Amino acid sequence: MPTTYLEAIREGLWEEMERDPNVFLLGEDIGVYGGAFKVTAGFIEHFGERRVVDTPISEGAIVGAAIGASFLGLRPVAEMQFADFISCGFDQIVNFAAKCRYRWGAAVPMVIRAPSGGGIHGGPFHSQNPEMWFVRVPGLKVVAPATAYDAKGLIKSAVRDNDPVLFFEHKGLYRRIREELPGEEYTVPIGKAKVVREGRDLTIVAYGAMVWTALEAAEKLAEEGVQAEVVDLRTLLPLDRETVIESVRKTSKVLLVHEDTRTGGMAGELAASITESVFEYLDGPVVRVTAPDTPVPYSPPLEEAFLPNVEKVLEKARWLRRY
Amino acid sequence: MSAAPVSTLPSTSASGEPAELAHKCLYYMTLMREVEDRIERKLYRQGKIVGGVYVGRGQEAIPVGTALLAEPDDVLLPSHRDMAVMFIRGMPLGRVFAQYMGRADGPTRGREGNMHMGDLKLNLVSIISALAATVPVAAGVALAMRYLGKPGVAFSYFGDGATSRGDWHEGVNFATVQKLPVLFICNNNQYAYSTPLSAQMACANVADRGPAYSMPAEIVDGNDVLAVHAATRRALEQVRAGGGPYLLECKTFRMTGHSAHDAAHYVPKELFEEWERMDPIARLRSKMLANGWADEAGLERVRAGILREIDEAVEWADRSPYPDPATLLDDVYEQS
Ligand SMILES: Cc1ncc(C[n+]2csc(CCOP(=O)(O)OP(=O)(O)O)c2C)c(N)n1
Repeated sequence: MPTTYLEAIREGLWEEMERDPNVFLLGEDIGVYGGAFKVTAGFIEHFGERRVVDTPISEGAIVGAAIGASFLGLRPVAEMQFADFISCGFDQIVNFAAKCRYRWGAAVPMVIRAPSGGGIHGGPFHSQNPEMWFVRVPGLKVVAPATAYDAKGLIKSAVRDNDPVLFFEHKGLYRRIREELPGEEYTVPIGKAKVVREGRDLTIVAYGAMVWTALEAAEKLAEEGVQAEVVDLRTLLPLDRETVIESVRKTSKVLLVHEDTRTGGMAGELAASITESVFEYLDGPVVRVTAPDTPVPYSPPLEEAFLPNVEKVLEKARWLRRY
Repeated sequence: MSAAPVSTLPSTSASGEPAELAHKCLYYMTLMREVEDRIERKLYRQGKIVGGVYVGRGQEAIPVGTALLAEPDDVLLPSHRDMAVMFIRGMPLGRVFAQYMGRADGPTRGREGNMHMGDLKLNLVSIISALAATVPVAAGVALAMRYLGKPGVAFSYFGDGATSRGDWHEGVNFATVQKLPVLFICNNNQYAYSTPLSAQMACANVADRGPAYSMPAEIVDGNDVLAVHAATRRALEQVRAGGGPYLLECKTFRMTGHSAHDAAHYVPKELFEEWERMDPIARLRSKMLANGWADEAGLERVRAGILREIDEAVEWADRSPYPDPATLLDDVYEQS
């Protein structure tokens, strides 16, 4: 039976909790209710209230308490009901968790799960992609899987990691993506991108839901005789520049795609890295397809205009191809 | 943009202050109930509303009993279960439906959905989705009133769960230290999403938080609109006289799931049944009939009038266009 992206996260968490008694969950409505998106449904029944903690509506306390618990050897996995509300726990994440190891040698083996992303008509407060608020903060790790396979493998690695990991799971993928997963246990390393489609004419780099957009665009391009290579970043911090650069060295043209807004987005950082290291290999400008610099609007026609999609990727890819 | 329909109060035939007040309360509570029923039970199911839908069924007495005492200079900061506040402040019905349907004539012109709307011309501040984030904002509004020598009170609305947020405590502390004119109105509906009060706070009442801030706090039956109204009047007298913030905790019950997609299996059925018997609209109706303030036929006429208003407003909203995608980039900043 194929496993959804959502079930993959669930399975990964479940296995880690079975493996290590010090792994525990905390968050709003995650226990009795099983979480706003039902990722932790059934956990409290199996693992009990000691290991599945329903909290008050207090993101600052959720993150702060996770940090504190991690000092005594526990491995907390905190859930933000929506990634948007991670802002309410911002200070604990960026000023405390991220700097503990560097400042005073204290490890913070904590995971924060954050359902992010648009396309669900959630409007400005339930659709954001806040990953870059954190990618600028040394000391954090930031993960954003696109596939069910990676979602499971990465949540397991995140739980085992001895540094604070922010795990952005795309709401739009929860039930849309289904894959056969291996029966045996596996993990996916944090900090490693992956070439998910090989090609020689053009590289498309994406992460999260946009990987599927990139793959669909690549299919269409293939019909037009263009072989696009698709790189899924999987982890945003630490960033696997080498895999991207390796691909660009091969194709000489690169399109950077993300659902997040444009200015200060991941594409800008990648563009700088690419031009710094393989400028002489480039046969065209580094091109971006991103959301524009606006809040995420609610009304369907506005949100559609806001979000990158296959058409928008194709248009830029064709342009770049002809360049 | 075409002119939006304006909702109007029916004139009451009954005489005397309490009867008149009761008619007004019943009108707005029924309006809120019927509008939200139309949204949740019809438009949402028809797919005309996409995204989340949250209603205040069973809690109508709270926005109505409080907001009817708001003066024009007062600024209201409603929560997501306070729809009637919009109507009492003069937000036209059609525009509210347009908001829910993502149309260009909604107050946010399609940028936002559901109760996330405001209009400073009506002294209505939009909800911030992050719970309790508007509590310090209410303190700032009140600070400005005093600074500018304006009369006025900030009405700060929130649920029980929101009082767990640091923002709530920071906002209340700031307001009390500064003795600002803020009326804090809690709808304690006993659940925050699936979380019962006992898992939200160690104290039994939200009002118990008042003494920690040396703030007067009062508990009122939130399903009795006349009681809410009377308590609000008392509270406002103190706040307007410069007594500083006042906390009104209105005990009520959320008669739905958290949102339209939540069946609320975690709420014991008996609780719904118990609170159904305390429905604020049914209670007020009975009282009005018993006191001879109204007769059945008169009340039915009012309700029929409301349903007609809603039909017209929905039709109007449905004719409103979707926002033009070309406007996507507008208004991130002031347009020069
Ligand atoms: C900071 C923050 N965390 C989580 C949420 C998600 N959320 C929306 S409403 C809600 C429950 C609110 O409970 P309460 O404040 O009691 O208001 P009620 O819905 O019961 O009226 C939650 C958890 C949010 N909006 N903001």
